[in-house]
Amino acid sequence: MSPRRRALGIYGVIAAVSLAAPFAFDAYISQLTVLWVMVLFAITWDAMGGQMGYNSLGNIFFFGAGMYISAVVQIGLHYDVAEYTAAYGAIKVDFTPAQYFTGITLGTVVAAFGAVALAVVLSGVVFGLRGPYFAIGTLGIALAAGELVGAWDYVGAGSGISLPVFPGPPEDGERFFYFAFFVAAVLTFFFFRWLYGTRFGLAINAIRDDEEKAEAMGIRTRRYKTITWSLSAFFLGICGALFGNYNIFIEPLEVAFATVVFGIPMVVMSLLGGKGTLWGPVIGAVLYHVIKEATWTYLLGWQWVALGLLIVITVVFFQQGIMGWVQDKWPALFGIEVEEAPAEETPGTGRETP
Amino acid sequence: MAVNGGAMIEVRNVSKAFGGVQANRDISLAVAEGRITGLIGPNGSGKTTLFNSIVGYHPIDAGSITFEGREISKFRVPRIARLGMLRTFQQTRIYGNMSCLKNMLISVPHRTMGFFEIFGAHSAEELEKAEHLLEFVGLYAKRKLLAGDLSFGQQKLLEFAMALMNGPRVLLLDEPTAGINPTLINGLIDRLKRANTEFGITLFVIEHNMRVIMNLADNIYCLAHGELLAGGPPEQIQSDQRVIDAYLGAH
Repeated sequence: MSPRRRALGIYGVIAAVSLAAPFAFDAYISQLTVLWVMVLFAITWDAMGGQMGYNSLGNIFFFGAGMYISAVVQIGLHYDVAEYTAAYGAIKVDFTPAQYFTGITLGTVVAAFGAVALAVVLSGVVFGLRGPYFAIGTLGIALAAGELVGAWDYVGAGSGISLPVFPGPPEDGERFFYFAFFVAAVLTFFFFRWLYGTRFGLAINAIRDDEEKAEAMGIRTRRYKTITWSLSAFFLGICGALFGNYNIFIEPLEVAFATVVFGIPMVVMSLLGGKGTLWGPVIGAVLYHVIKEATWTYLLGWQWVALGLLIVITVVFFQQGIMGWVQDKWPALFGIEVEEAPAEETPGTGRETP
Repeated sequence: MAVNGGAMIEVRNVSKAFGGVQANRDISLAVAEGRITGLIGPNGSGKTTLFNSIVGYHPIDAGSITFEGREISKFRVPRIARLGMLRTFQQTRIYGNMSCLKNMLISVPHRTMGFFEIFGAHSAEELEKAEHLLEFVGLYAKRKLLAGDLSFGQQKLLEFAMALMNGPRVLLLDEPTAGINPTLINGLIDRLKRANTEFGITLFVIEHNMRVIMNLADNIYCLAHGELLAGGPPEQIQSDQRVIDAYLGAH
């Protein structure tokens, strides 16, 4: 079987399983929905951490920002936002299906571009930092955002915002969001798959491997870093907007800027699956999510201990991750040749006689 | 634009100190367009510091540096690189985790690239140029190997090919033959000369190997203790008593 047909076969199987899953495993639909959220998280984190070597601990910021931007847009279309949030849920929204779907669409689009705008503004601050300082700086942004939003009355402060409920039977709502996240994750995957095949992909790999050399070769490193962060933010903004509506209720610390539940796992999933590879984050996300759900079911009370152990084991013993390990083991699958004999000092072509 | 043989890089009265150490003091020299200029001097004489000053790696304390008549002493590395001035490193810097071919493709010139072109795929011409240049340095057969798996000498050749891929106007080479097997040095000298004549790239070369630099350069400058000691054609430098003293340690 040719590689192309093999790839098509793999995509076909994944598509078939994904489309059938919400119907076949009806009882697990909420877990399956969050699975696609996790996949999107891992892919967008890996663009920064895996492909460009900038380990952001603050990507969750764009998820939360998108969530809030969308909520404000959706409510603001029909109500005064400050009045609405001040009523602490006493105002019951009653949207027609048309109002609901135009709201969610518009909210998602504004959230995506709003997140990009925030990424561009913040890039001026964070990209002066490198290595561990960048990681801590971005973490600071995510934590600060949670605290700031928690003190901002206009968006409901710590009490959050209630969002309109899906107009229709709850099962339809669950399926709607399952497919919304599925489509978002698939679009994210194919977008970054395409991106890594362009000059852009190679340039951010160059920044990861030796930024100083990349600069010395004339690569506009700042521009590449800003664009990569913005692209991550774009898809995270979409994801956040949808997640707010899926969750119906949003608040800053546990839902929007949830560093422990969502922010840190972004990193763990990419490391587990193999950072800097196309499929690594996807595999890592699926594996992490399954383990997480399993520990929540069978090790309740010890679930964070089990997950912490997983993080420690991954970081200490398995740094290259699953796809990294596969790549080391079978480099030919990735188009890399390995010379069996140790490299000697003679140039390869043998056409020149030095 | 300077005519062939006119000054492409002009360094005037450049000084640079690191804390109390005066690495460069009042240095003036010129790199002629289309030629090969050498820079020699004992260890610690300030050669690499001068290179770093020229390519914008650190700001200079005093003086001026012009490239094709344009003041560049305030510019940083990426901007100067996009003007067409590249450098290679004494400690070779290649992307070890990527294949040699990818190393070459990364090195496509970014100075002419528009915003949307960065989202394009590499063109067939770029691929062909990359392969051609790998053949030029004798690494074609190893193009799919990880660059990190090459020997040190081969990595130097790869770095040289990457610099050529970028199509620079001038190339600053920091000890291109250091660590290279003596039997390969002649081949390298030949390739440096061909890069100069065939591709029209002006070269400015730091070199410790006297035989190499005398053979290669049209004009040589010698630094000692951070100051310019002498400058002139190889024959003249070779017989200059101050240069000989500096190398033999006389004061």
